[in-house]
Amino acid sequence: MARLAGRRALFAAPVLTVVTFGVFAIAAASPFDPVKAYAGPAALGADQETLDRLRDNLGVDRSFVTRWWDWLTSALTGDFGHSTVMRQPVAQVIGERLGWSALLCAVAFGVAVLLGTLLGVLAARRPGSVTDRAVTSLAYGLEAAPVFWIALLAVWLFALQWGVLPAGGLTDTASEHVTAGQVASHLVLPAGVLAVSQLPWFALYVRQGVADALAEDPVRGARARGLSERTVLLGHALRCGLLPVLTLIGSRVPELITGALLVETVFSWPGIAAATVEAATAVDFPLLAALTTLATAAVLAGNLLADLLYGLFDPRVKFSDM
Amino acid sequence: MTTRRIRRAAVAAALAAGVAACSAPGSGADGGGGSAASVVIGVSTEPDTLSPLLGYGKDGNSKIFDGLLARDADLKLKPALAAALPEVSDGGRTYTYTLREGVKFSDGEPLTARDVVFTYRTVLDDRTNNTAKSELDAVQEVRAAGDDKVVFRLKYPYAAFAARTVLPIVPEHVAGEQDPNTGSFNTEPVGTGPYVLTNWSKGEKLTFKANPHYWGGAPKVKTLTMAIIPDDDVRATRLRSGDLDGAVLPPNLAATFEDDENRRTYEAKTYDFRAVTLPTANEVTGDPAIRRALDAAVDRQAMVDKILDGAGSPAYGPLPGDDPWFTKDIVRPHDLAEAERILDEAGWKPGKDGVRVKDGRRAAFTLLYPSGDKVRQDHALAYASDAKKAGIEVKAESATWEVIEPRMKDDAVLAGFGSVGDPDFGLYTLLHSSLAGDGFNNMARYDNPAVDEALDAGRRGQDPAAREAAYDRLQRELVKDPGYTFLTHIDHLYVLADRWKGLTTQREPHEHGFASGPWWNVEDWQPVS
Repeated sequence: MARLAGRRALFAAPVLTVVTFGVFAIAAASPFDPVKAYAGPAALGADQETLDRLRDNLGVDRSFVTRWWDWLTSALTGDFGHSTVMRQPVAQVIGERLGWSALLCAVAFGVAVLLGTLLGVLAARRPGSVTDRAVTSLAYGLEAAPVFWIALLAVWLFALQWGVLPAGGLTDTASEHVTAGQVASHLVLPAGVLAVSQLPWFALYVRQGVADALAEDPVRGARARGLSERTVLLGHALRCGLLPVLTLIGSRVPELITGALLVETVFSWPGIAAATVEAATAVDFPLLAALTTLATAAVLAGNLLADLLYGLFDPRVKFSDM
Repeated sequence: MTTRRIRRAAVAAALAAGVAACSAPGSGADGGGGSAASVVIGVSTEPDTLSPLLGYGKDGNSKIFDGLLARDADLKLKPALAAALPEVSDGGRTYTYTLREGVKFSDGEPLTARDVVFTYRTVLDDRTNNTAKSELDAVQEVRAAGDDKVVFRLKYPYAAFAARTVLPIVPEHVAGEQDPNTGSFNTEPVGTGPYVLTNWSKGEKLTFKANPHYWGGAPKVKTLTMAIIPDDDVRATRLRSGDLDGAVLPPNLAATFEDDENRRTYEAKTYDFRAVTLPTANEVTGDPAIRRALDAAVDRQAMVDKILDGAGSPAYGPLPGDDPWFTKDIVRPHDLAEAERILDEAGWKPGKDGVRVKDGRRAAFTLLYPSGDKVRQDHALAYASDAKKAGIEVKAESATWEVIEPRMKDDAVLAGFGSVGDPDFGLYTLLHSSLAGDGFNNMARYDNPAVDEALDAGRRGQDPAAREAAYDRLQRELVKDPGYTFLTHIDHLYVLADRWKGLTTQREPHEHGFASGPWWNVEDWQPVS
């Protein structure tokens, strides 16, 4: 297990290097002008001299390979550079926001996995039953619904019609301190929406996996031995049925990140997602590279996690073979 | 009553109580409920920086800083950090300011002339990434004369210079220690203003606390929060839920608050115009006959009514109709027959497909508008349809600024601009031939010696009557040879809870939201009893 993790970590280094190089190359080829992005709306009133001076000061005309190398070498020493668009050190931009994004994603992911599994098992118990049909159609419906739309709907219902939950922000807009209670109540809607958008995948996979397992010989054998329905369902069928879900956990990470972007926008959640979009459209190389590295690392870690879980739960899989 | 019915009623009552108990207490739902000492405003964009050295608050109205001068509700200049309006000498080339006594920065240090000099010198430094540096082009030298006097020497007599000195002043003892482009002053500003920044949660909100030692008197509104909510619908929703006290909204969403008795809608008049640039180099749009015909053919009032829902006014030039500098008798009616007469006279004859032709050239051109801007798109389509009635084909096409910029020389663009303070600020960069195609200045590359002469006279003249005559000449000249078709001036709309009295709006520039709106003078607000 440790060897697998170690090998993956070794493999991650070149992947990350290539990805950051790609980010610099793509950003350099993009039609966005870093000078205009830096100046913002003021660029539309600026004369050529001002734009040229900014171009010079920002060092925009250096080749992307040079900039990439500069960034990489200083990043290795722990200096991630300065974000032009945020006018802050990159480390500070990420430090201020990453925690909130991680909290949002972790809660949403936890809820989605638990609730999805629960619904999946309920549906799989009697394929074709009312519960099954309700869960399945709900899942397909949610799968098709855009996250943005669900989010607005949730705001309308919970914040506007019922007035039970805050409509956005990390704390009450007027409050000056970040308290755990405030964050918890403000987290409910965004995390709930994000969880709901991820939930159908887990519910459907678990339903399929468990239903298949229930029809297989080992489970029928267990039933024949007179084991209780509960043991059969949870001890045998669920354990087999969960295996595909473990792969799913890894592969849902990128989707979780894009979903978080929309959710953070709607709920003014001060996470990293908005900064990512801004960094991309502003061709803010240092920030963009750091954020892409983070996202790539998250995906790689997600895959590793899936493989480790697989190895732990599936007796047929040996770590030494992976 | 049967047991079942009793049970049902009990459940209903319990549910109702439960819902009532859940509804967030103290969130100030339904407007009017919150304390008048605290204001929460929703705006669409977040400032990149709070450092005046990089351009924050350059037009005044910064909550954290003050300039030497400030503007009142009518945009008239009044003393702020300066004790009085400047003494102008040397034929308009020397401006001397005396500082107000006893002003302190929020960290307790006194304001001196050195801070003023430091601020201006840093903005003028080529290494500082200030986008608006060219606005101070006239300054040759700025120096301190003692602790409380600042002297500006200008390269040429510049009548509008005093209006530039609303630029916020920063403390040298804090900002002087850092790189102005990257230092922490960008996010942790220290100023002399009515409010002190207490927290900036990037992407979420900025929180300000009243500065109890403010030289202008401690504000009644004790805390001010600016929430950053880019999406218009979300902003309207959070305003309705009582989470916000006020917000800037587009006309259609502002209209949904019309019947709300706890909230008021404020319409700020603006200099923010929408116009079509008619590039001089293009053989169709460069033809004075085409330009004049388009000017007569557009139905400005219809655009105000249909596109802006009435929240705006027709634009007959770059200055709005109720501006003191506006020349009243250039107002001209929508006149399609006149447009056709001009084109007939100039030899543009109707062709086979209804589009006019002259010397084998079709009266057709492309009109670009920035994608995603609904208001500009609607203007562009209305313009194309008006032009078509006169026999001119306008192909409206959406694009990003990256695509538009290299094509500005030859293709028309649906542009929006507008500056406050002095007619020189907006007009010179829009129309002077020496700035043709210089960045986004004079996008149409307009070139008219009579207009240039009037701009120069308006810029350098010291006598208000002479300046007025110059801008009068300019506006008449612009009617004779319209290098832009001015369409509308757009009102900016704000909806605000009704807990304070006597709120006003200032006439606003093209940019708006953070510094303008009814909260331009939040430090002066008084609670309703």
